Order: sequence, then structure tokens, then C-alpha cells
Amino acid sequence: MIKLTLNGSQVELDADPSMPLLYAIRDIAQLTGTKFGCGLGLCGACTVHLDGQPVRSCVTTVAAAEGKMITTIEGLEVDGQLHPVQAAWIDHKVPQCGYCQSGQMMSAVALLESNPNPNDKEIEEAMQGNICRCGTYPRIRKAIKQAAQTQSGASILVENGNEVKV
Amino acid sequence: MSTIKLLNRREFLALTGRTGGAFALAVSAPVLVASSTVEAKALEQDGKQLGVFVSIAPDGSVEIICHRMEMGQGILTSTPQIIAEELCADWGKVTAVLGNADPAYGNQGTGGSASIRTHIEHTQRMGAVARDMLEQAAAKRWGVSKAEVKAKAHHVVNMKSGDQIGFGDLAQSAAALPVPDPKTVSLKPKSEYTIVGKDVSLQGLEDIVRAKAVYAHDIQLPGMLIASIERPPVVGGKVKSFDAAQAKKVAGVVDVVRLKDRSYPVQVFPKSGVAVLATNTWAAMEGRKKLQIEWDHGDNATHDSEAYKKELVAKVNTKAKQVRVVGDVYAHEFDPAKTVEATYTVPYHHHMSMETPAATAHVRADKTTVWTGTQSPQWGKTLVLQELGMDPTNDQDKVDFNTTLMGGAFGRKSKNDYTLEAVELSKATGKPVKVVWSREDDVKNGFYHSIAANYMKAELTDDNRSDHWIQRVSAPPIAWIFDHNATYLRDMALSLGFADVPFAAKNMSFENQEVTTHVRTGWVRSVGNINNHFALGSFVDELADKAGIPTHTMWNNLFGDDRLFNPREEGFEGYSHYGQTVDKDNQDYVLDIARFKAVLNRVVTEANADESLPEGQGWGISVSYSFNSYAAAATKVQVKDGVVTPLEMHTAIDCGLVVTPDRVKSQMEGAMIMGLSMTLESEITVKDGKIVQSNFYDYPVSRMDKVPPMFVHIMESDNAPGGVGEPGLPPILPSITNAIFRASGTRVRDLPVNKVLKV
Repeated sequence: MIKLTLNGSQVELDADPSMPLLYAIRDIAQLTGTKFGCGLGLCGACTVHLDGQPVRSCVTTVAAAEGKMITTIEGLEVDGQLHPVQAAWIDHKVPQCGYCQSGQMMSAVALLESNPNPNDKEIEEAMQGNICRCGTYPRIRKAIKQAAQTQSGASILVENGNEVKV
Repeated sequence: MSTIKLLNRREFLALTGRTGGAFALAVSAPVLVASSTVEAKALEQDGKQLGVFVSIAPDGSVEIICHRMEMGQGILTSTPQIIAEELCADWGKVTAVLGNADPAYGNQGTGGSASIRTHIEHTQRMGAVARDMLEQAAAKRWGVSKAEVKAKAHHVVNMKSGDQIGFGDLAQSAAALPVPDPKTVSLKPKSEYTIVGKDVSLQGLEDIVRAKAVYAHDIQLPGMLIASIERPPVVGGKVKSFDAAQAKKVAGVVDVVRLKDRSYPVQVFPKSGVAVLATNTWAAMEGRKKLQIEWDHGDNATHDSEAYKKELVAKVNTKAKQVRVVGDVYAHEFDPAKTVEATYTVPYHHHMSMETPAATAHVRADKTTVWTGTQSPQWGKTLVLQELGMDPTNDQDKVDFNTTLMGGAFGRKSKNDYTLEAVELSKATGKPVKVVWSREDDVKNGFYHSIAANYMKAELTDDNRSDHWIQRVSAPPIAWIFDHNATYLRDMALSLGFADVPFAAKNMSFENQEVTTHVRTGWVRSVGNINNHFALGSFVDELADKAGIPTHTMWNNLFGDDRLFNPREEGFEGYSHYGQTVDKDNQDYVLDIARFKAVLNRVVTEANADESLPEGQGWGISVSYSFNSYAAAATKVQVKDGVVTPLEMHTAIDCGLVVTPDRVKSQMEGAMIMGLSMTLESEITVKDGKIVQSNFYDYPVSRMDKVPPMFVHIMESDNAPGGVGEPGLPPILPSITNAIFRASGTRVRDLPVNKVLKV
């Protein structure tokens, strides 16, 4: 049994210490919001936070997560209140198939925690590890900027996909 | 010939899981199905009826079952939008439900960008019938004639008294009424639309963002085993022998099962192989690494895509079977000074959906239950019934075929090989089994876009048109997976941007050379338009360059006068638009030259693609017709020190009536980005019959840094709706390579670009 802190709760999982965290989260803890995409840390679909840092759970072992705070997409909401990144994702209608979006949002949240006001280049660098085959990148860029402004207190309206500051 | 039934309460509850008196409606009506080819039958075989289900609960909430499958294109919003519009419902009270496989829904095969263009009228009539019944119920309650009431904003209004009754209050009495013939109910004029064509909230969006959406990978059942399968690396290969002893020692591994061998034609069956089943995914994958398998690679083990491509190029440089002839181009001696000829090649391509294939099955004596993400629910269900030795018609009740959202599909998930694997393994083990494909499994066991060579030759006239035109294509046909002896492209494949080229040249020959096939070929977003339009869009740019005129002027010159172009009347008798033929009763699939020109003009104007640019930069354009929509693209690139950087991209789309503007926009954005990947860096190659690539490191797709600012321009149109999911893609490829030529003088005719320039 391995003891983990998953979205603020203590859990004990019957997992091999060498098992990638992804499979422990999905198959054993049965939180399926975190997705398998490549198994090699190339696509970002499995991104979770370890002590607030984004990691690819498909190449991070359960042993490496022991004693750390694991946050998955399910842990972003607080009391049913969407995280500003999630709210921005809805305002900009970012997802198409939606499969990669948990990982995209987890990378975006981590970016904004370390850099509350990223420019285009910084967004690109932080999001480079997250692939979206449907092609939602233009909207992800806009949504991250909106979430940054929401978090900094400025109000933003989105009208027909265009940001309007008020 | 319409068949109509009201669901009884038991059926209704079974459908929606609701309780309480409510109104549920099912209407079935025939849809046109005309298929003459193997591919069309495969797409269409699952039924000729369309049924869509609407239910209204006493609290006024409306559930609409979306019978078409959702893979990111937004149909879960668009189909209910059409119904809600005619129903006069409040969109905020509408919830879409993804339909499971059920022949009562009619054809559910979701492909060919067809969900709206081939189903809209019946979808509209479903909503209109429900509205009519609610109006009748209200009129009865008030004791007035139906002409005195009108449905509006989720109520029926008494136009004399101004009284109104909510849909929820009327549901139960409406449900007791006879259902009118769908053909007799009136449809709204477009001017009265409040939902169709508007930017409504998207169904399922919040579930996705809150990670509550269910994909095929997410199915969890008590006692479920997870399977990881080692499949033959060469198509037609088989397991000669295997040793599972070490695999079985891995903690968590429960069983190892050899899948049954399959024979030609490959169809959409599993490839056989050896499955390791375990209590979790990791154990199954670890166990699989310990398998010792000796393969019989079969008759495709010498296939080499580089050598094969050279063969295709040689073939298209020789006269071949003529599939469309106009005039007699071979009676003419081409003047070398005025002639351009070129050969274009594209590699095999893979769909690379973010979600790899996965499916779960639980086979029991009395009932089998399947959960899968598929574009082909009923075709899949038929195959499952056959796999279990049951009758596809009479044993429908013995299989529950549940559908999930698809994490991307792009054509791949029209094939249910992975679903059948789950059924075979559950049957073998007696347990619920989820088959999970790794990324490597996905890349190496796909149904690939055909590698292709296209040859073009034309002589320019003095006024910069052409009257002498030759096109040839050579590519392994998709028909091969269904007919092992197929060597030529079928008419339907030739109708995808090849023999349907609507130019006015007086003498033209369109030709196809036969080939042998050695990998599983399949439908990839826009299918043959990918290679056919890469060649056409590049060649028109080459002609423009030769003539020294703008590329859009050359397009307009080649089109000639505005007219309606029916390929069947201009030398291509086999023309068939994905099963839809063009004849006196169906003019929807006639090409309209004015619409081509308008969409091209729009993109050139919006992008300012005629601007003069600094050295090292260039605009490239192209325009195409596919799936009854017209799309034009303009791309600006920079080429500096041998490195290509996309700077700006535009797409103008005329898809007729627009149902969900934001999803049209998102499909065009996605098509631009997929086009960037295909043009610049993605390629599947084959060596010794085996797929060389494995994962995102060697089949790269565009990441955020490759994606420039992009703009979508949607044409206002009163035409019938065309496709949206695929038509954005074809013009992107030549728009990029044409821009590279304008920026650098390098003409890329062999994709991807990264073979000659850095990207």
C-alpha cells in the first residue's frame, strides 16, 4: 500500500511503486479526468501537479509522488466553484473533442501560478508540451490571458469570442 | 412511407431514465441512400431510416437524443439546435443525450461531413412534429382552433387572449395525441430563426471542462480486466508461436489470450495477435513486454514506402485508364514553351487522435454489453452480433451497444476493430474486458490515408487559360480493405477533388493507374481530397507563376464563366458524392462556379493576399470544393535561412446554411492546424512491411508555437447546408507550399516540407 495525498485527501493505493502515477490515478483511485495520450511524456494529456508543479503523470512513478500533494483536474474546483482557468475555457469555448483539455488546463493553471501575467511567448513556452490534435491552440492562448486578468482582479467580458475589458 | 410511433411510457423511461408523466416522441422517415460502391455501403449499411427522439418532462426540461456521434465537431450541439429551433424551445432548457446504437435512429454512421447536410430536413421535421402536437394540445385545452395558437419560447400562446401554457404543462396531453405526418407540418422560414445560426451554449462543454465527460478509456466496471495486445507488425501477418510464461509472472497479470487469425479481405476486423489481460493498465503493458512471439509476416513483408512511392510516380507519368474524358487532349501536340507538367506526392498519414482506440465489452450468455467510442455504432453492433454468432436483425436485443464521446477520431473510429477485440477477449475470459491501445499500438495499427502520386500537365492559352489538361492519380484504394482484389480507385474516391475538377478546358483527360495495396488504407479527414487538392492547388499556382499573373486570376480563368457544373454531364458518369448521386431529382451536389469564385475572392480580400511583402515572405492561396462546401485558404509564411515560419492563416468557408457558427469556426481553426502538421512535418513510412513511426516524437503534429494568428471568414448563404468537419482541410496544404514558393522560390512537390526545409 502506498500513501498518497490526492486532491487534499489521504488515500492508500495498492500500486507497485514503479507504476506510473497516471495508471494509479485512473485505474486504482478511479479518477478518470487525467488522460492517457502517449505514455512518454510527449503530449501533456496526463498533466497533474506535484506540490503545485506540473508533471507528466505517465512518466512519474507512484514512488516519486509519495509525500507530495497531488492535484488532478478533479481538484481544481473549490466547493463547486470553477477555477478561473476552467471558467475562461468555457467562455472561449476552447474544447473540441475535449480529451486533451484536462492536461491543457493543468498546465495553464501551473503557468499562472508561477507567472500571473504571461505574454504570448511565455504562454507558448509553458504550453509547448501539451498537444491538441483538434487544434484549439488559438483559443487556449486567449483563455489563458483572460484567466490571468480574472485572477488579477480585472473584469473581462467575452462577446462573440472577443475580449472586451470593462 | 413515413413510419411514426409514440413511445409508450415504459419505452420512454427506458430511453431517458426519467420518471413522471412526460412526452416522448419518435419519428422515423426515409432518407436518401444511394450507394454503388463498397465504401458507400460500408458507411451506409446501418440503415435507411432516420429517427430522432425528443422528450419533454413536466418541469419543461427537454431532452434531445443526438443520434450522430460526437468527436469534437460539435454535432451534440448542432443536431439538437435544429430540433429545438423547430420546436420553439428555450435552448437553456435543452439537454442533449448521445444516442446509443439503435436502428430506430436511422443511419448513425458519422462521417463524410454528412450529419447536417444529409439529415437536416428530417431533423427539422422531428422538432416541427413535436411543436405541432404541443400546439394541438393547447388548442384543445382552450377549446379553440389550432390556427389560433402558436408556439413561442417554450410556451404555446393563445393569440386572441394572450394566455400561454408552458411546454411542461402540455407534455402529457400532447403525448396522448396522434402523431401528424412529418411531411404535413410546416417548417420555419430562416428569417424567424432564434437558435439555428446563433452562438448558443455548447452541449457537453461544462462536462468536459469539469472532467466529467466520459470517453471510451474512462469506462470502469467491477471485476474488469484491462487488455494490452501485441499485434502482427505486418498486415496479413499471423502469430506462428508464442511463449507467455514470463508475462504471466508479472504481478497483476491474470490471463494471456491469443486472438483468432483473420483472413483477407482485412475489412475492419482486428489484426489478431496476443493479448495480456491484467487488473490494471500498467500490469497489462508490463506483462506484454515479456511476451515472446514468433511471427509469420505474410505477403506484405517486403513493402517499402519509399520504393513504392517511386513506383507510383512512374505510373502517373504514363497514360493510364481514363475515368473522365472531355474532347481529345491526346490529339494535341503540347507546345513545351507553354506547357507545365509536375508530379506531386503525399505520404501515408495517420489520424493521431489524442485518445487512442479503446473499448469495453462484457459478454454474457443472455446479454452482451459494449461501451465504445465509435463513428459507426450500428455497423459496429452488426459486427459484434456476427462475432457472437448472432443474427444482426433478429438478435438486436441481445447486445446493448453504448457509445461514449470520442477523444478525436478523424475517420479512424469509423472502424470497430478495437471494439471487436474487446468482445473477443471478454468472450474468451468470461469477464468484462477493456482493451486499451498505447500510442504505439495506434500509430502502428492504423487505417492510413493512402500514399499517393498525382501528375498534372497543362498547356496555357495566349489569354492565360488552358484548353489542354491531363491529370493522373495513383494511390492504394480504400476499397482494398473490403475487396482484396481492388486495384483501381472507385468512382466515389475519384469524386473527391480529382475527376470532378470543374475547369472549362475544352480537352481534358483524367486517369487512374492501378496499384497493389500493402497496408490498411482508410478514411482520414477529407480523404482523397488531401492528395488530389494538394496537386491541383499547387499546379494552379505553378501555372500562374508561368503566366506571370496572380494565382486567384489563374483560378478564375480556369473556372471560366459562372455556371453549374455537373460532372456526370461533363464526361464523368461515375460521379458520386459519398453515395449521393447527382441527377434530375437531386441537384444538391452540382458544383457552383460562382460560389468557388466568391469564397476565393473573400479570402484574398480579407487576408490582403495581394499585398507586396518583404523579401523572404510570401502569401499562398488555394480553393477547393468538398462535401458540398467551398473553402479557400490564404497562408503567409516567412522562409529565412532555410527555416519556414507560418505568419498568418485565413480560411473562408461557404458551407451553405450555418447551424452553429462557433463550431464552423472551430472546425476551420482545427483544419488549418491539421493542415500545418500534414504539410510541414507529419509522415508515415513503411519498411519491411512495418510502420516505422511510433509516437509523437516521430509522427510530430503541430504544437502551439507553430500556430500563427488565424482568421475564419464564414460566407452568408441561403444554400442548403454543406459539410464542415472536412472541407476546411484540402486548401490548406497547397496554400502553405505556395506561400513557401513565393517566399523562397522553393517549390515543394513531395510532402512533408521538412525533407527540404527546416520547420
